[in-house]
Formats: sequence, C-alpha cells, structure tokens
Amino acid sequence: MAEQSADNGVNNNATTGTYLIRGASILGAGTEDLLIRDGVIAARGTDLSTEGATVIDADGLIALPGMVDVHTHLREPGREDAETVETGTRAAALGGFTAVHAMANSTPVADTAGVVEQVHSLGRAAGWVDVRPVGAVTVGLAGEQLAELGAMADSRAQVRMFSDDGICVHDPVLMRRALEYVKAFDGVVAQHAQEPRLTAGAQMNEGDVSAVLGLTGWPAVAEESIIARDVLLAQHVGSRLHVCHVSTAGSVEIIRWAKARGINVTAEVTPHHLLLTDELVRSYDPVYKVNPPLRTDADVQALRAALADGTIDVVGTDHAPHPSEHKECEWAQAAMGMTGLETALSVVQHAMIETGLMTWAEFARATSVAPAGIGRLADQGRPLAEGEPANIILVDPAARWTVDPSAMATMGRNSPFRGMELPGKVVATFFKGHPTVLNGKLNTPYRHPTDAAAAPAGGY
Amino acid sequence: MKHLLSTEGLSLANAVRILDTAEEMAAVGDREVKKLPALRGRTVVNLFFEDSTRTRISFEAAAKRLSADVINFAAKGSSVSKGESLKDTAQTLSAMGADAVVIRHWASGAPHRLAATDWIDAAVINAGDGTHEHPTQALLDAFTMRRHWTQLAGLPSSGADLKGMRVAIAGDVLHSRVARSNVWLLRTLGAEVTLVAPPTLLPIGVEQWPCSVSYNMDETLEKGVDAVMMLRVQGERMNASYFPSTREYSRRWGFDDNRLRALDSLGLKDTIIMHPGPMNRGLEISAAAADSPRSTVLAQVRNGVSVRMAALYLLLSGDTREPAATLKESN
Repeated sequence: MAEQSADNGVNNNATTGTYLIRGASILGAGTEDLLIRDGVIAARGTDLSTEGATVIDADGLIALPGMVDVHTHLREPGREDAETVETGTRAAALGGFTAVHAMANSTPVADTAGVVEQVHSLGRAAGWVDVRPVGAVTVGLAGEQLAELGAMADSRAQVRMFSDDGICVHDPVLMRRALEYVKAFDGVVAQHAQEPRLTAGAQMNEGDVSAVLGLTGWPAVAEESIIARDVLLAQHVGSRLHVCHVSTAGSVEIIRWAKARGINVTAEVTPHHLLLTDELVRSYDPVYKVNPPLRTDADVQALRAALADGTIDVVGTDHAPHPSEHKECEWAQAAMGMTGLETALSVVQHAMIETGLMTWAEFARATSVAPAGIGRLADQGRPLAEGEPANIILVDPAARWTVDPSAMATMGRNSPFRGMELPGKVVATFFKGHPTVLNGKLNTPYRHPTDAAAAPAGGY
Repeated sequence: MKHLLSTEGLSLANAVRILDTAEEMAAVGDREVKKLPALRGRTVVNLFFEDSTRTRISFEAAAKRLSADVINFAAKGSSVSKGESLKDTAQTLSAMGADAVVIRHWASGAPHRLAATDWIDAAVINAGDGTHEHPTQALLDAFTMRRHWTQLAGLPSSGADLKGMRVAIAGDVLHSRVARSNVWLLRTLGAEVTLVAPPTLLPIGVEQWPCSVSYNMDETLEKGVDAVMMLRVQGERMNASYFPSTREYSRRWGFDDNRLRALDSLGLKDTIIMHPGPMNRGLEISAAAADSPRSTVLAQVRNGVSVRMAALYLLLSGDTREPAATLKESN
C-alpha cells in the first residue's frame, strides 16, 4: 500500500502540491515514476528526484487515468435524503473517479441553465471530482417539449450531454429533433432505451424467471426496438447518439451493426449488468431491482464480449442511491436502482480483467478515455504523460475486500454486491494534481483557486 | 416447514403430509362439535392487502376450529397509497405477539419478504400474492382431486398421490397465481398437467414449466382428461387486447354447454370440472357446467377449510409431533 514520506502534512493548496509516485505500473505495463506538480504531470521516468515531493511508494500498484462516469445520480437538488453532491462525489473519489456526469432527474429537473449551474457549483464547492451536469432533453422529463438545450450548453456548466434518463425519449419526432439540435454545440443525446408501452408496470427481465415469480416482464425487445430506431435516426440526421446502460445481447448486435455502418453511436454498460443475472430476483429482495433489469447469463456474456471488443465503449455506473425505506418493502413498491461508484472498478476487474477479456490499458479506455470523449471533457481521460493534467488513480490489483454497504461514503445502502468478495482497491486518487484519496481513504478535496479568491466577495 | 410460501419447492413428502393432515381435519368437520383445542392460546393474523372475502373467511374458520385467536387486519394498501409500510405493519404484528401471519397481497413476493426479513418472527402463510402463487388453493384443489382419483381406484385417500391423473388448467395463466401453484404441486404429486390458453395469456418462459401447453380446448378434451380447471378471467383483461372479445374468449377457451356434452360423447364419464371461484358464469364456464354433477366447486370451498387447518396446524404445532396422535388426544 502507499506510504507517504516524512512530509505527511495535509496540503489544502493543491496547486502547489508536489507528489512523486514511485514505481507504479503505468496502465498495467512497465514501471515508472510520475512527478505531479502544479496540477499536471511534471515528469514521467525512472529514478526521478524526490526533492520537495511527497513520495508515494507505488510498488505493486497500477497507475491509471482517473475514471470518468458518464452516468451518475447525485440526487441533489431535491432528494438530499438519498444523496448529495458532497456524499456522492466523495464516493466517486473513493471509487477512483475524477469526473462524474450528474443525471438530470433531480427535483427540480435539470432542464434549465439555472439548475445545471447549481449542480455544477455544488460540484466545484465539494471539490472531490469534476461534476458535469447532464441536461434534460425535454422539459420536466415529460417527453413533450425540448428543454433549453442551448442555454444549458452555453451556461457555466457547459453541458454537452443531454438525457431524460429514467425515462425514454420515446416520441420519434422529439428524438429526431433533439439529435439534430445538439449538433449546434457538439452535444450528444444519451438515450434511456425503453419502449414505454412494452414495459408498462414492468418489474424484471421477461423470461423464465419472471414466468415463475409472477412479476411483470420487461422484455429485451423494449430496449432493442428503441436502439434500432435511434441509430437509424442518428444516421439520418448525422448526429451523435449515446445509448445508456445497454443490457441485452440483442442490443449489442444492433449497436455492432450500426457501428459497422459508420453511425456515430456510443454505448455504455453498467458494472451490475456485467456480473449479475435475473436469477437473483428469486429472492424478491429489491436490492436487485434496477432499470433496465438484470438479464440472463447469455446477456451478461454478450455484454462482456462487447465491452472487450469495443462495441460497447464505456462503463457507466448508473449509481442510483435510495433511502432504505425505498428498498425495505415489497418488490413492486421498491425503487429501481443500485449504488455503484465504490464498486465499479472492482466489479469490472472481476468481470473483465480477471477473466482475461481486457487489459488494464483497455480498462483505461473504457472507464476514462472513451467516457471523457463522449462528455467532451478536455482534461480528463488523458495519457499519463508529461504536461498532461494530473487526474490519476493508483490501484492495488491484488487487494481483496468484502463489500459492506454500511461502510461506504455514498448515503445509499443499496449495493447488490454486498457480502461479495471482490478484487482491486483504489489506493489513491489525484484530482487536478491533488490527492483526494490517499491510502484508500478520503484525504481532502481540491480547492479551485478561482473559487477561493472569489469567495470573500460573495461567490463567483 | 416454518412457512408455506409456495408450492414450487414443496417436497412430495410435505405435500402428502399436508393433504393427509387435511383428511383428518375434514373428519373433525363432520363431527357435531367442529372444534379442536390444538392451537389454543396461539394468535393467527389474517393480513389482507387485497379484498378476498372467500379466502379470508376460509382461513378464519380454519383457525377458529383449531381454537386459535384470530385477528383480521384489512390493510387496503394500494400501490399508490402512502400508508404504513409492510415493514412497519409486520413489526407491529410482531410486537402484538402474532404466531402466524396469513398474508394476501397484490404484490408478488410480499410473503417471501415477510419470511426472509427480520421484521417478524411468525410463521408466514401465503394466501395469494400478486400473480405469483396461492399454495393453499392448489393444496385444496389437489385434495379435491385426490379424493376423486382414489375413489375411482377404490383406494383410501390418505398417503396417495395423483400419479397418472390428467389435468387441464384453462384460462388466464399469465396472471394466475392459482395456475402457477397448481402446476408445481400437481407435477410433484405425479399428475400430468396441460395448460390451455390463448397465447397472449401464457407467460414468456412457460415452455420451461413441467407441463404441456395447448391452444385448443377441444383437442385437449379429445385426448382425454380427468379434471378440467377453469380459471377466472379478470375484468381488467378484457380491454387490454389479450383477446378480441369476451364472446370469442368464451367460444374458444370457455367451458360451455357444447364442451360439457362433449365430455359425455367422448366417454369421459368421470371427468370433473373445477373452478377456484368466484366464477364468471357464461364467460369461462357455463351455468350448466358449473352446476353439473361433474362440478366440484362447492367441494373445493369445503375442502379449503380442512387444508388451511392442516397448514396452520403443521406450521404452528411444530414438525415433531405426530398429527394423528394429537388429534386423538383432543377428542
């Protein structure tokens, strides 16, 4: 594990912090030192000078670019009993993230410049990761009228990703217009692919298990038919489509076909869809209730293969914390969603790396480089090279730990991985050159210099 | 057996044990004093989140014949009402010292939640959960069939199974907890089950069930059948494109007068007609079929009390005691 040198003092002024990561395996390959100074990687090489630097012994650790989540529910504003930007981004930092995209289904909905700027400001004030608000596609997520996408794009939050996530933009004309309109500012529409009529009252994957349990089915075709329509729309209008939380083998086939045709589509898979199946629903424990639902083992295998071959571009957590009373109830009454920020790296290591499907370099592509590209984050997902922003994590791949939701930083206790032993532990997270996580524990948040300067004058 | 949640997974030994105990309970029902002291001082709560007068009074009669104290709790919680949670209700009942909870709930799996959590320590009996299971209904159906089947063979009912019996279950299988519980239990007891339904009212995944599936009622009858169980068609299905019209449903899938006559012409003189009730006369079953000597509808109701007595007795008086001995002591 990481050891600090004698200079163990907490440094709140990130821009002047100097850290020498000694002997990390860069992207799981050769071992080198990384010198972090003034928020950037000042040098990469062997036997770098330790002078004036806090030394972090990274023997046995892997250095990766900070993870970027394209799909996070931070719940604030509106459901601060479930999560806040502060608690959610603490969880993100501990999970190895340096940026998260905050989904728009807050209360009020993030469908105006005002709300996305509020979430953006809360993220900056928290200082644990970059918080990139996602703007709603339609006013109030109601699927009737486009939200002011341009105003959100031009706001201080600089929104580039738009989504009604939780609800599908099912009206084909509205979806077409949204795809067309976001071309004006290089935006992307992230679709929650769920045909609403085919999923009225749906509770779980429709198949052998739902037949026995008597729970209303959520058929794969309800996802696949929307994806098929949307890739054709994206092709027709020449725009950029992102498909949230792909969950079925059939969806993978459609996306593979679309990419082969040159359609500008990216796709995401959640860690839980890479590992868990609908067999777990036999317990009727709502901790396994999620949307889209857990599917079959055949789907899990297809999703893993698709992530490995790049058909699915990114891992997105769909971190969805809920207060306990929304899970301690009947299945049909329970809220959909699972926490994921603090388990994502371990689950992906377990499902993809330990199975030999992916290397750590490919892990960096799927968890950092590609998601930063989708969200148009210029200083995330960068190479670990001299002069690059120091958004870096150190991972101990040999660690083993047992998931204990009550010990997590997120307020949500709804982890479907509870009690599982998983590999891999985030030892350190550097965000803009500042260690938000050290020795596997939260350190201190990054302080934006402009905020600090402006604060006495009453905000920026 | 601590709980009775489903017939899926109920062993043959336990199933036969419940049916045999029910036979003994039925004998009590034939006596002048229809009451046993077996559960004196025990509290049974009927926790009903969904209206069901029939099932509730059946359980109430069963518990009272065993001298248990009965509390009826009609918690008419709907999916939208923001009333007390199941957890709080369960903890309240636990604090009141309930020994058994008979739960009817519109949500599939609600009884499993009660049994699996630490909200309450009582024995849980599933009295019908959503579209999942209704195990005591299947047990009373099996009890009714077993009496018929053994009588034909001239054998005693006790200890018997249903090996070789051909049972057709017809109607809205998709939404039927009765059908699910019957498929598992009848299969365990050795019967051969055929589901007869429009394809729209069969669940995706039914091909994995231990039964055969037919879309044709007449062909099923022609192949020979020893019991035909008609399922109720719920009113809310009628306008949801599951079938074009009630008349077409009735013609293709209902047990009408023509099919009643067909049983005679096919030489199926011992075939019984079953229905869990309440019936839609003229829709899934004609009045003549419901009232014919083949109909076991009222016997099913009567047997329901015996089967529920057996379930309460076996869950609450522990697995170690021999039911027959206790019954004799209490005479």
